[in-house]
Amino acid sequence: MKKELFKPQGLIQHTDRRAFLKMGTLSVAGAGLLLMGCKDDEDVMPPVSGGVSLGSGDVGILNYAYALEQLEAAFYAQVMMGSYFANASAEEKTIMGDLEKHERAHREFFKAALGANAIADLEVDFSSIDFSSRNSVLGAAKTFEDLGVAAYNGAGQFLESGDLLLIAGKIVSVEARHAAAIRDLINPNSADFAGDDVIDANGLERTLNFQEVLTAASAYVKTEIDFSQLPS
Amino acid sequence: MNLLKLLDSMCPDTTNSEEKDRFYSRREAFRQFGDMSKKMALAAVPVSLLSALPNVAKADTDSLIGVLNYALTLEHLEYNYYQMGLDSGVIDAAERPIFQKIRDHELAHVNFLTEVISNVLMGTPVAEPSFDFTAGGNFMPFDDYPTFLALAQAFEDTGVRAYKGQAGNVMESDVVLTAALSIHSVEARHASMVRRLRTKKGQDMTKGWITGNDYGTLPAAAAGIYAGEENVSHAGVNVVNLTGIDQDAVSEGWDEPLTMEQTLGIASLFLSS
Repeated sequence: MKKELFKPQGLIQHTDRRAFLKMGTLSVAGAGLLLMGCKDDEDVMPPVSGGVSLGSGDVGILNYAYALEQLEAAFYAQVMMGSYFANASAEEKTIMGDLEKHERAHREFFKAALGANAIADLEVDFSSIDFSSRNSVLGAAKTFEDLGVAAYNGAGQFLESGDLLLIAGKIVSVEARHAAAIRDLINPNSADFAGDDVIDANGLERTLNFQEVLTAASAYVKTEIDFSQLPS
Repeated sequence: MNLLKLLDSMCPDTTNSEEKDRFYSRREAFRQFGDMSKKMALAAVPVSLLSALPNVAKADTDSLIGVLNYALTLEHLEYNYYQMGLDSGVIDAAERPIFQKIRDHELAHVNFLTEVISNVLMGTPVAEPSFDFTAGGNFMPFDDYPTFLALAQAFEDTGVRAYKGQAGNVMESDVVLTAALSIHSVEARHASMVRRLRTKKGQDMTKGWITGNDYGTLPAAAAGIYAGEENVSHAGVNVVNLTGIDQDAVSEGWDEPLTMEQTLGIASLFLSS
């Protein structure tokens, strides 16, 4: 009924969204990409060339989750091949190894659950991350985990299926456990594991909408993601 | 500030197009209010908007009040526990910032849920129960720091499971659902921190996430808190078989819900009769 009653007013025009995503990329990636961005602007971009469309309804939400899990899984796989990991403490090796397995399991689960509706593999870009640097790796891990929690928390309300909502709930709390652990590695035994930057005065964790999440993610994803059909 | 999905699920009880428009615009006002709510001071919440509430089925409102009162009971328990722990001096000085932060969140949850129940749903918040954190003299959490940490882990992991178990029961209201999810992940952050702290202090070998149904060095009475966490099948997909990833890691990757009955069974150990 919701679908019938509500026109999707939040639809983002393709061109606007591209510009917006590009801005998000620029602001994060800095001057090196600025030139590429400018050059890009002069090209005639074919629509969604090599891009993916998340689709609509619950399938669209699952693809949204799948995209984020692809990003996280690819990140931790790369972490484990870098020299930060090779020289990390036993505790941090265990954590990174666990997170790699959890995120890979999430990714493969969504791929299987989506079947023929699954989006293609995303092309990631971790060139802004220094995989030999503990600070760089943990900083990126914090970004990804916090982003994942905020994304699931924001998307839950759009799921029509209670079964899928429960599955999303099973995953989001694990992402929150990850986020707290990573934050504690960065600033041990402080209050940062559940910091005021992500939790408000009512004790509620922040939520982010599709556009906010995908804009942040676009700093690490080359593939263009069309989310215009997601529920609103 | 709630009831958005309830409103969505209702049709205006009229064929008059003007009244329909009014109905939809009210609903939109609620929706936008939901988006804004986190930026607003709690005291400013919804009272002024309540007059715009159309007639919502009382049964649905009652159901939401029931779930939120259940959540409020758990938050009362957690808040009292941490406040008493901080007051008792049992917590190592270096770790007080952790528990002050957790206490602040639990108190905020108590206040938030009380506000939503009373001023949004126009219900009656449950009274704060009397607690016995010794569980009849079995535990001395305010004299013994490892016991304090062990019970804190038990409460946080229970809280995560409890909220998760209610998601489907509040999904008719976008705002209530989103608020519940936003509390749920905060509890999970607490749980991860307390679990890892216990391991850092040599009291357990637990990780921030739950491996199988392992309750580590918690008392055997805690087994019920972790029962079912070993599940590796979701939506009919056995993720171990699908991925070849080991059973432990797959079980860690998904947290499982508890029913209200299961949760209250656990919590009742700490209610004074």
